[in-house]
Amino acid sequence: MADLTHLIAEAEADFANSASMNDLEIAKAKYLGKSGSLTDALKGLGKLSAEERPAAGAAINVVKQAVEAALTARRESLLNAEQAKQLAQESIDVTLPARAQSQGGLHPVTLTLKRVEELFHSIGFEVATGPEIETDFYNFTALNIPEDHPARAMHDTFYIDEANVLRTHTSPVQVRYMENTLKTNKTPPLKIIAPGRVYRVDSDATHSPMFHQVEGLWVDEDISFANLKGVVQDFLQKFFERDDLTVRFRPSFFPFTEPSAEMDMSWNGGWLEIGGCGMVHPEVFKHVNIDSEKYRGFAFGLGVERLTMLRYGVNDLRHFFNNDLRFLSQFR
Amino acid sequence: MQFSENWLRSLVNTDLDSQALSHALTMAGLEVEDMQPVAAAFSKVVVAKIISAEKHPDADRLQVCKVDVGLAEPLQIVCGAANARAGLVAPCAMVGAELPGFSIKQAKVRGIESFGMMCSSKELGLSAEATGLLELDSEAVVGQDIRQYLDLDDHLLTLKLTPNRSDCLSLTGIARDVAAITGAATRFETISPAAVELSQHKKVTVAEPSACPRYCGRLISGINAQVSTPAWMVKRLERSGLRSISAVVDITNYVLLALGQPMHAFDAAKLNGDVSVRFANAGESLGLLNDQTIQLKADDLIIADAQGAIALAGIMGGKPTAVSDETTDVFLESAFFIPSVIAGKARRLGLSTDSSYRFERGVDFGNTRNAIEYATTLIQKICGGKAGDVTEVIGALPARHPVKLRMARLVSVLGITFEQQTVAQLLTQLGFAFSVVEEVFTVTPPSYRFDITIEEDLIEEVARLYGYDHIPATPPVAQLNMLIAPEQQLHLNQLRDGLVSAGYQEVVTYSFVDESWERDLLGNSTPIKLKNPIASNLSVMRTSLWGGLLDTLSYNLNRKQDRAYLFEIGAVYHQIASAYHETTRISGLAYGSAKPEQWAESSKEVDFFDVKAHVEALLGATHTGRQIVYEKATHSALHPGQSARILLNGKVIGWLGKLHPKWQQQYDLAKSTFLFEMDADALLSRHLPAYQEVSKLLPVRRDLAIVLDENIAVQTVLSAVKKANIPLIQEVALFDLYQGKGIAESKKSLALSVLMHDTQKTLTDVEADTAIANLLQLLQNNFDATLRN
Repeated sequence: MADLTHLIAEAEADFANSASMNDLEIAKAKYLGKSGSLTDALKGLGKLSAEERPAAGAAINVVKQAVEAALTARRESLLNAEQAKQLAQESIDVTLPARAQSQGGLHPVTLTLKRVEELFHSIGFEVATGPEIETDFYNFTALNIPEDHPARAMHDTFYIDEANVLRTHTSPVQVRYMENTLKTNKTPPLKIIAPGRVYRVDSDATHSPMFHQVEGLWVDEDISFANLKGVVQDFLQKFFERDDLTVRFRPSFFPFTEPSAEMDMSWNGGWLEIGGCGMVHPEVFKHVNIDSEKYRGFAFGLGVERLTMLRYGVNDLRHFFNNDLRFLSQFR
Repeated sequence: MQFSENWLRSLVNTDLDSQALSHALTMAGLEVEDMQPVAAAFSKVVVAKIISAEKHPDADRLQVCKVDVGLAEPLQIVCGAANARAGLVAPCAMVGAELPGFSIKQAKVRGIESFGMMCSSKELGLSAEATGLLELDSEAVVGQDIRQYLDLDDHLLTLKLTPNRSDCLSLTGIARDVAAITGAATRFETISPAAVELSQHKKVTVAEPSACPRYCGRLISGINAQVSTPAWMVKRLERSGLRSISAVVDITNYVLLALGQPMHAFDAAKLNGDVSVRFANAGESLGLLNDQTIQLKADDLIIADAQGAIALAGIMGGKPTAVSDETTDVFLESAFFIPSVIAGKARRLGLSTDSSYRFERGVDFGNTRNAIEYATTLIQKICGGKAGDVTEVIGALPARHPVKLRMARLVSVLGITFEQQTVAQLLTQLGFAFSVVEEVFTVTPPSYRFDITIEEDLIEEVARLYGYDHIPATPPVAQLNMLIAPEQQLHLNQLRDGLVSAGYQEVVTYSFVDESWERDLLGNSTPIKLKNPIASNLSVMRTSLWGGLLDTLSYNLNRKQDRAYLFEIGAVYHQIASAYHETTRISGLAYGSAKPEQWAESSKEVDFFDVKAHVEALLGATHTGRQIVYEKATHSALHPGQSARILLNGKVIGWLGKLHPKWQQQYDLAKSTFLFEMDADALLSRHLPAYQEVSKLLPVRRDLAIVLDENIAVQTVLSAVKKANIPLIQEVALFDLYQGKGIAESKKSLALSVLMHDTQKTLTDVEADTAIANLLQLLQNNFDATLRN
């Protein structure tokens, strides 16, 4: 039996020269195929005597295992190279911009209203709404502003007809809410805020004929003016996220509250007017059949655009209604 | 209301400085809107008299003056003012004086020493322009500090008074409140009745005592109307914003400012017969002082003589009976008119006078007679003349009902405790008469307060004097109950968030719009109109949000945007019969490319189905229990071939479509614009999810392509299949639509995926074939559809 160990080196050389899986398969056939040299050698064992056979077989097997090991090694190496090539081909510039999607956003007034609603909701206030085309009765009379009262002149009202106006404030929602609640036999405590559009015949750099207010109302047996200060101060501190913010109340006059106050808040070393408030006037309670001996309430009105301007540093009211996308997109 | 701080200080003795006084007023409810010094700061300027004025030897326009400034020796001053002359009294800034913007040094002017400067009002900062030296009264005391002489250490205060505080529409009233706030003492002038030296008087008849419960009239005869008003009065008037007109008019204005009582002086010679107070008769007219002639109405209260109206009571006098320089006899009026009679009348005529402003808010009816005495005294002092008796007519004056103030109520409303003694002290400072029994005060309001009728009025008075600042900010104590939050009810903000995710920017546009948008775009010829729009293009209430969205689109396209996805949520307004209705709508607009310009995808313009997808998301199309139908329909704003009416569970809730090309052209839009609008309320309810058994068996899918007439709407086909409820067929969906080669003209091919399912056992091929055959049969029968080869 000829020595076959030289085949190991030959096979290793052939395998190493195979650049592809296909070439490797051809090279493999040369040694391990049907008529490969090692297959032939194994076939040749039959011709040997029984004594010679085991030793010769063992010798062939040693060579065969070595060749197979070389084959496996080369296979793995080729596979790795192919995978590496594929991975290299599939590589991308991960710094390319993302697939662009349209980006929308909310109007800054909505952002403020959402926050106002969330803050008041957190202490149990519900949201109430009312019509914008309001009757003269709810906008004025029920709020203790009779016809020809000088306070009406302060309101610069848009008229639809004799009996209907565009509401000049969100205060009529108070009256409607109290009235409806009592109709359903519900009794105080009542806690609502009423956000919405209001209208005044006024248009210049600091006035818009349409703007937004939030009205707040809390009616209960033991509600006091000190509580009004407490709630308003808490709200403003939370809204502006400033613990050091203080609220100043100045005596004022609104026909539907008494005592009435203007609310100022501390801002950059001075005071800024932020809204009006007061204790619900007994006349208003009378209109909705709430016993003012038993119940007291406070009400306040805040300017939403004002809050928004201060919160985000907007310096011109007119931005809110021009709807310039370059402005609006800043609030996304 | 504007006034001089010094005038106020002459009436109330407070040691607060200007800033502190202003703050105290504001914090007591008399908001000081503005406070300006009367003159800028300057020093060392005195009253000076020019003794002699010689021409400067080396300059034509200059004079060398000897000026007496009250020192032992006159000063030599070179002066260039044209009016510098011997004998003139004028301000002189001495060496070392600091004037607004510059200081005075000893100087040589063209070789002559000058020891100061004679001043114009401009140089003292008193006026913007001046033509020469400020000429002072020849009697002025030489050497006196000019600030003192002209009373320049003064401020102009402007109060923004609330309508309830008519009592503070006079210096007396403000002083009274300062006294109440600070506890300081007032020092009001004592008014004594003028001497009566004239026997004549006019008879006054008040026909409407309920409108004019108090009327005082008096003749003053032999006055000199041409004398000039004394400087002190002119100064106070000017510092209150009133121009000096003539002595008599100035005196009536002065009394108005000092006491808050509007006065009127008629030229007695021009009156015919006696005076009456009555409502106007039909057809009467009156020429007013402002040259306006008005037709009087039956509810206009007037002052009349025998021939007719001579004044619009409490508002304005008549031109023909006005005082003039020639007037020698006046008939002076001081009256009290009921606020509700005067209220609104001036506004009706487009007028607001100092008089009407006060009467409609309430004038002190306890001071009517005092005011006429005060005015008489001033007229006699300034214009001379002899006064007759006061004719006074008194009816039922407004009652001043006692108002109760319970300590317990005060404490519970304000939320702080009070000593009874503190309350008593504050009421005393206010000058209110009261008694107290067992913690209940009984207060009688004074005649000058028209805002004290209920307990809360007194609580407010106590609170404001006590100081709102001293009331603590106390969080309320309340029962905790969770709020109702129905799961099936969405919040509008959730719809907003959905659209934002889809790329839409929220906008807020005006609720009033251009009438043409309603008429043309929406075919609405009868929108709700405003009676007093702020501009002609904002004159009607919108019935759709599309106008505002399109306007916003144009605005932004003009600012170089090329793509806009916009939405708004807001009310629209309809009139149905005589009632007004408001509905909240959610409305969107899409313009430009479907996605932003980018490298990753090729550009495609937005189309109907992109926007339909956004509409579906809002509709919650994937939720159970929703039946959504799109009906092809025409809308004046939309392209007739690309518009749909949206029905939810059988009810029309909105529209979706492409802007009609004619509006696209009119709005000058380069590309197609897609719009949708739906009733927001319809979108806010959701079904509560209800569990159904999940089958362990897998569904079988078969795909088939059918050919049918191109005009048959896909929705019709799918609904018919759904309605037929063919056994085993669970869901049929469209996955391709084809027209063109291989499909006959006016036909289309629909590729449908059919999901079949048996909840009990695995489907056999035979069962599936039968179900598909049933489906095809249905499609053939209903739509003449055939299986595509």
